[in-house]
This record gives sequence, structure tokens and C-alpha cells, in this order.
Amino acid sequence: MDTYSIVPLLTVLVSLAATVLIVFAGQRPNVRELWTILASVAKFALVLSMVPMVLDGRYPAVTLLAISPGISIALRADPMGMIFALSASVLWIFTSFFSIGYMRGLEEHKQTRYFACFAICLSATMGIAFAANLLTFIIFYEILTIATYPLVIHKETPEAISAGRKYLAYLLSGGLALVLAIALTLGIADSVDFVPGGFLAGQEAAGNGRLLLLFFLFMIGVGVKSAVIPLHSWLPTAMIAPTPVSGLLHAVAVVKAGVFGFVRAIGFVFGPQLLHDIGASYILAGFASATILLASLLAMWQDNLKLRLAYSTVAHLSYIVLGAALLAPSAWTGGLLHIVNHAAMKITLFFCAGAIYVRTHCENVSQLDGIGRQMPFTMAAFALASMGLAGMPPVGGFISKWFLLQGTLAPGGHHAFLIVLLLSGLLNAGYLFPIVVRAFFRHSDNFPRFGEASPLLVVPLVLTAGLSISLCLWPDGIFHFYGLASRVAVAVLGGGG
Amino acid sequence: MTYLPILIPVPLLLFAFIGTLAGLWRRSLAYGAALLGTAISLGVATAGLVVVLSEGNLHHFLGGWDPPWGIEYVLDPLSAFMAMLVTFIGLVVLIYSRQSLLHELPERVVPLYVLKLLLLAGLTGIAVTGDLFNLYVFLEIASLAAYALMAVGGRQSAMAAFRYVVLGTIGGTFYLLGVGFIYFSTGTLNMADAAQRLPALYESRAIMAAVAFIVLGLGLKMALFPLHVWLPDAYTYAPSAVAGLIAPIMTKVFAYALVRMFLTVFQPDYFRVTLPVTDIIGWLSAAGIVIASILAIAQRDLRRMLAYSSVAQVAYIGLGIGLANPLGMIGALLHILNHAFMKACLFLIAGGIRFRTGLVDIPLFAGFGRLMPWTMAAFTMAALSMVGIPPACGFFSKWYLVLAGLDAGNWVFVAVILISSLLNAVYFFRVLEQVYIRPLREGVAEEQVREPPAEMLAPILVLAAGIIILGIINVVIVTQVLYPVTEPLR
Repeated sequence: MDTYSIVPLLTVLVSLAATVLIVFAGQRPNVRELWTILASVAKFALVLSMVPMVLDGRYPAVTLLAISPGISIALRADPMGMIFALSASVLWIFTSFFSIGYMRGLEEHKQTRYFACFAICLSATMGIAFAANLLTFIIFYEILTIATYPLVIHKETPEAISAGRKYLAYLLSGGLALVLAIALTLGIADSVDFVPGGFLAGQEAAGNGRLLLLFFLFMIGVGVKSAVIPLHSWLPTAMIAPTPVSGLLHAVAVVKAGVFGFVRAIGFVFGPQLLHDIGASYILAGFASATILLASLLAMWQDNLKLRLAYSTVAHLSYIVLGAALLAPSAWTGGLLHIVNHAAMKITLFFCAGAIYVRTHCENVSQLDGIGRQMPFTMAAFALASMGLAGMPPVGGFISKWFLLQGTLAPGGHHAFLIVLLLSGLLNAGYLFPIVVRAFFRHSDNFPRFGEASPLLVVPLVLTAGLSISLCLWPDGIFHFYGLASRVAVAVLGGGG
Repeated sequence: MTYLPILIPVPLLLFAFIGTLAGLWRRSLAYGAALLGTAISLGVATAGLVVVLSEGNLHHFLGGWDPPWGIEYVLDPLSAFMAMLVTFIGLVVLIYSRQSLLHELPERVVPLYVLKLLLLAGLTGIAVTGDLFNLYVFLEIASLAAYALMAVGGRQSAMAAFRYVVLGTIGGTFYLLGVGFIYFSTGTLNMADAAQRLPALYESRAIMAAVAFIVLGLGLKMALFPLHVWLPDAYTYAPSAVAGLIAPIMTKVFAYALVRMFLTVFQPDYFRVTLPVTDIIGWLSAAGIVIASILAIAQRDLRRMLAYSSVAQVAYIGLGIGLANPLGMIGALLHILNHAFMKACLFLIAGGIRFRTGLVDIPLFAGFGRLMPWTMAAFTMAALSMVGIPPACGFFSKWYLVLAGLDAGNWVFVAVILISSLLNAVYFFRVLEQVYIRPLREGVAEEQVREPPAEMLAPILVLAAGIIILGIINVVIVTQVLYPVTEPLR
């Protein structure tokens, strides 16, 4: 049931207002950073304040003006949007502190542009999370694409510029596929409002071919952003961006917006049953499985730490897609929880990479022998997050993988996917644990004594590591991620979760 | 009978005379006269639109002669919309013109203001007239004013304007020939009257020839691909304040005239079923969008890039007309409005950069983003809109065109619209990269690179704000103004 509330709108506006303040405080860095911090805390508080209502089954919703005949800009905080908004907004707080430490530690140029664009990205992310229909979704989706571009090219080197071009070419094309998909959808259904279970369910009359084409377009549209192989190649290239960008945007906000779009499209546009009937579920699950294995293998080859993490991100995003492609409520719960868990773990890893870079200017795995002696906290956090990505308790990754595994065994699943997930756990260990081993058990003269990076860098990464543990021990803790995820699964699939 | 329709072009004509006389006494008065005349005309057009929307169409019979004998002026939602657009852009660009003209052509400000008023009078006249021959008269008033305006920019502009004179005159003459054929066959020049009489004559060769002449003539005037060859040079070498006025509205008004022929004078089925007119327009436009966009990518001179971009954007309008369904027409008409704002903004920015630095080549704009933050923010806004990023208005015209293409089952057109977005992105992000990322070029004096004066900057910012506002309120325009226009197509 919807209740009128402007809070979803405020979550979008708060960082947009902050953008203006950040730009005008450009000459006074401390004031400028204060606005970023205030906006991130305010945004998180606003999102958190909606949790009790949403758990109670009352969804704050607000409809603004019409944007195309019969379709309005509408925001609605349903449980699924809450999962995404909560994880993005809480991690923005950590990222803000980390960014300040990182940008100042490296004396980066054009910091005002950096913080302003970051704030716009977070506004767009909230808009994507709370979009109540496809047209609202695409508006924020495109804004996110554009607002991320200045962050990708931040270094302004020739490589950064060509990375930016590649980024735009991929993401704008994806956006166009999505526009076309939405236009086609309007030809089949009268409304494009998201409905749990899919608003296209019951439109089988449109014909299998047409629905498959539509699904294909949706997959390209959101698949580019979520870096599904073979649409992934922009993401490793975009790792040229400053590390906090790689951390928040390329592990939490931008790519997750793509995955979120996947889940929205599957659960709220087509409906899992319709997808199963037209035979798209297995195609999608197959693509996701191939992505998981291939990207994990590619990750092993990377010596550059951020690139290794990028390929790992590609693989883990497909966990979520795989979860949504299966028809079991537990797979959905697992996939949705992985949005949160992967975000917390991967941002920790990126923060570690950033802290290492600021402190030692090392970018490659092969340079990290013995670094655990110099940066023990950083590398301990790294080890914890690595365990989580491999699916080991007591880190959040275990929980999501557990539910995903259950989902593969339920009706509509397949043993092949179980094997994929288990294998991927091993591969994760294969490309992350050697780093930990190098750091703590190999010796080198480069890192003789203790000397961590600035607390602005280390504290956030320790906290996000702590957060990933808490997500395993109390999956229904203050954020109620489990409660939200299971509600989504029930609403979409209509079964117990 | 009401005087409202005729009161839109009349102040412009009147103040053209007043401006000439006052300018003899004191040159700055010509500017005041131009502003005042345009502002009055804009006020009347706005009032006209409000009245028309609430009370229905308004008719004025010139000199009290009832149609079909006398000349009729009609204000319906579409003509009021066009008149308002023309006068609004006219006013904004006039405000910009003062500094720009003083800088570029200080000796000729009086005739330039008078010519601008005549141009606007011609264009608003085309919008409100209900008479086929009267439309020709206004067409020539506007065209002659435009030839003169374009020719004063220097040697190259004189050559470009001459080419425009030749092709433009051919266009005007073709239109006149077509009207002549209609007059001989039906004995009337009144549009509404002709619309009554024409269906009986649809099989006649003369009427078919008339359609061919009219479409060809207006096609030349609106630079419909491949009849666009006069446009790139003319826009490139015209004075900044002239290109800023002509590029956004002039070709659009002829597109409007074409829509009038299609919807009002002839029945839509004559153009889309009996004769393959809309098909031809649509396919040529589709080719034009792609080819002109690619040519735009190849340009160094910003003004020339914008000129080719204009050819492509006019082809969007042609594509919408060519689709010949209600959504396509809405897309085309909305794009007339959206593109007027975007292109006016972009040409004024090009003029602003030239005003301060004298530079026109894109690679020389490196590093300007830091030194001209407001101008470049407006440029970014307009560029994103051209690429079609929501909620900027450029997205929505494409949105309706895509919907229309799907409605018609024409996947080629849909693909063309989508691909052209990417091509737009290529040539606009190329500029943005220079402006924001590359360091200032050696030899470009940093102290020269400043924001243009407030009188020039304000119009740019107003248009940039308009781009986003039009996007957000597009539904109001579509449902209130444009939807009723498409009635004959349903």
C-alpha cells in the first residue's frame, strides 16, 4: 500500500542541493567537504527513516508531474528500492571520508568537480532505486551515465580520455537500447509502472518473438551498465578513475544500478513466470554463469590490483543476475542480499587498494610482498573481505551465497548453477587469497616497519569490513536487509521466502 | 471577427518603419524600436495562444473582405504556437544582438535591426496567414530580409548569401508555381476554401504537379536533405547575431508551412496514400539525419558543425512528417520548438566565444571551461539535450519520434533516430573534451577568454534554462497544443 510522502524525493534532492553548495564552496575545501559529509549523513538518515514504514507494508510514494502522456515522474520506496538505496547511502558516508583522505593525500586536481559529480551520482542512484516506472528509471539512469563521465576521466591523461570515450560509447548505446525497449513496452502494455510479478505478465498475446526481442533489448540496456560479458569491457578500462570512484561507483552505485535494472526488469516488468514461459530464464542464467566463470578466470591473470578487483566485480554482479533469473524465492533473497554484501565487501577491497596506492604508490599485486607488516589493518580488512567474496563465514558473502545455493536446488533451478557457484567460490579464493598470502607471509625489504595510511583512509575501510561481518552475523540488523529482501521475493514470486 | 491574428505581424512591420526613421536621428533608437516591436508582438502571440486554447480558433478578414475573396488570417493552436516561438526567440536574440552587432558590424546596426524586424514579420506572417498567396508574400519578405542579413558578414558571407539567394528564389518560385496551379484549378487562394474544393480534383495532373512544386519549394526553403546545400555556408559566415536568429527559427517556419499544406490545405491521405509525398520526405530525411550528422563530426569550425547539425535536426522534423502518424507529427512539431531553443543557445554561445576571442575552431577552445564557466555550462546543457539525455527537452522529441516509428512499424527510422543520438554524442563530446579537459592552447591569450557581457550571457542562460524547463513541461505542450493539431491524422 502506498502512502504519500516526499521523503523519497528528498533523498534525491538532498545531494543535488549539496552539489550547488559544493560548487560555490569550491575555493574553501573544508567547507566544501563539510557539505559532502552533511549531505551523505542526511541522505542516509532520510533513507533509514523510511525502513519501519516499508517493513510495515506502507510504501512512501510521491508522484510528480507528467513527463509523457499518461506517464509521470514517480518515486516509490518499495522494499527492493530500499535495499539499493540503503546500501548506496550508507556506503556514501564511508566513501566521503575516504575520498577526502584520498584526494588530499594525492593532492589531486579539480577536487570541486570531483565532489560535485559524486553528489549528482548519488542523487541519480536514489532516483534509480525509487523510480516507480520505467520512464522515471531511464531519466535517472541516463543522468547517472553522464554524471559519472567526469569522474572516469578525472586524471585527464590520454588514457583517461580514451577510457572516457569507451565508457560513453558503451553506456550511451546501452541507454538507447533501454529507451527503445521502453518504447516497445508501451506498445504492448498501457502503463509502465513497476508491478511485483511483472506488468507484462498476462500479455502472452503479444507473441513469444516480440517478448523475447523486448527482453533482449532490456538485457542490452541494463547489461551494459552491469558489465555482463560480452558487454563488460568498459568496466576494467574505467578503473583509471580515482579509487573511491572505482569503489563506490564501480562496485556500488553505477554497476549496481545496472544490476538493479536487471532485477526490476525481471521481477517487475516481465515477471519470472513469463520469462520462464518464453524460455528466457535459462538463457539469462546461462549468460550469468558464463560471466561468473569467465570473469573469475580473467581476474586471475591481472597483476594490476584494481583490474583484478574489476573482473571480480563483473563476476559478482552476475551472481545477482543469476539469482534473479531463477524462480525460487531463496534465489531472489540471495541475489538481493548480494547487492548489499558484495557492495560492502568490494568497497572494502577498493578502499584497501586506494590506501595502498596513496601510502606506497604500488598498483600491482606483484609489488605487495610483505606489505602486511607495514599496513596490517588495511591488509586484515582485505583478508576479511576476500573471505567474504569466496563465500566463507563469518562475512556477509556467505549468507548471500547460501541462499543462492538453496535457490539452485529449488524447482526452476538446475544443478549446473550449483556447480557454477561452488566453482566460483574456489576461483575467488584463487585470485584473492594469494594477495593475502603475499602480504603477510612473504618478506620484502620494501615495507620494513609499521606505517598505515592516514586515518581518513584506514578508518572507513575497517568500518566497511566490520559492516560486512555484521551483515553475516545479523543479516536482519539495523538495516533489515533480510526482511526487505524476503519481502521482495514474496511479492515477486508469491511464495514463502 | 477579431484583430488578434493580424496584430502579431503588424507591430513588427510598423516598428521596422519607426526604427528606420528613429535610427536616422539616433542609431541606438533602432535597437529600442526593434525590442519594443518584438515584445508587443510576443505579447499578442501569447495572448492569442491563451485565447485560442480556451475559446477556439480566431479569424481575421483583412479589410473586412470575407473569405474566399479577401485575405484571411487564422489563429489556431498551431499558428499561435509558431508565432509565439518565433517572437520569443526573436526577442531573446535581439537582446543579445546589441553588443554583438556593435562589436562585429558597428556601422550597420540600424539596417540590421530593421531587417531583423522584417524577417520576424515575414515569419510570423507565414504562421498566421490563411491564404496561399499571402503566404508567398510573407515568405518573400522573410527571405529577402534573410538574404540581406546573411550577406553583411564579410566576403565569404556575400558569396554564401548569393548561393542562398539563387536557391531560395528557386524555392520561392516553385512554391508560387504550385499555388498558381491550385488557383487555376480551383479558383481560390484561401486555404480553407481550397481544402473544400481540392478533393474533387485530386486525380487532376495539375494538382499533382502543384503538390510536387510546393513540396519541392518548401523543401528547399527548409533545407530538407538533399536540398540543404545552401545552408552550411550561409550559417557559418553570417554575423553571430544573425545566425543565432535565422538558424533556430527560419527553416522551422517553412517546415510549419509544409505541415499546413499536409494537414490543412490537402487531406493527409492525399500526401500519404494517393501520392508518396510523406514517404519520400521520410526516407530522404532518414538519409539526411545520418549523412549530415557524419558531416558535422568532420567539421573544425564550431559554426559549421552547428550548421550541419541543423541540417540533421531539420531532417528529424522531416522524419516526423514522413511518418505521417499522430505521434510522428507531435514529435516533429515538438522538435521545432526544442531545436529552436537548443540551436539558438548553441549559436549564441559560438557568437559569445567569437566576441571575446575571435576564435571559431573547436581545437582552439581547449581550456575554456574554466575561464567561461557559465557559457560552457549552458553549452553542456544544450549539448546533452542534443544528444538526447533526459530530462532535457531534446530527449522528448526523439522519444515521440521513436514511439511513432514503432507505431508505424518502421524499424529503419527508429534505428536512424537512435544511431543519430550516438553521432550527436560524438560531435558534442568532442567539443566538451576540448573545453573541459585539454589545457589552454599556446597563443590563445588567457585574459581574452572571459564570459561574454551580461547582455549576451543572459540570453544564453535563459535559453539553457528553457531547454530543461521545456523538457519537464513537455506534456503540457503536447496535450494542450500539439495533440489537437494531429486531429486530421487520426
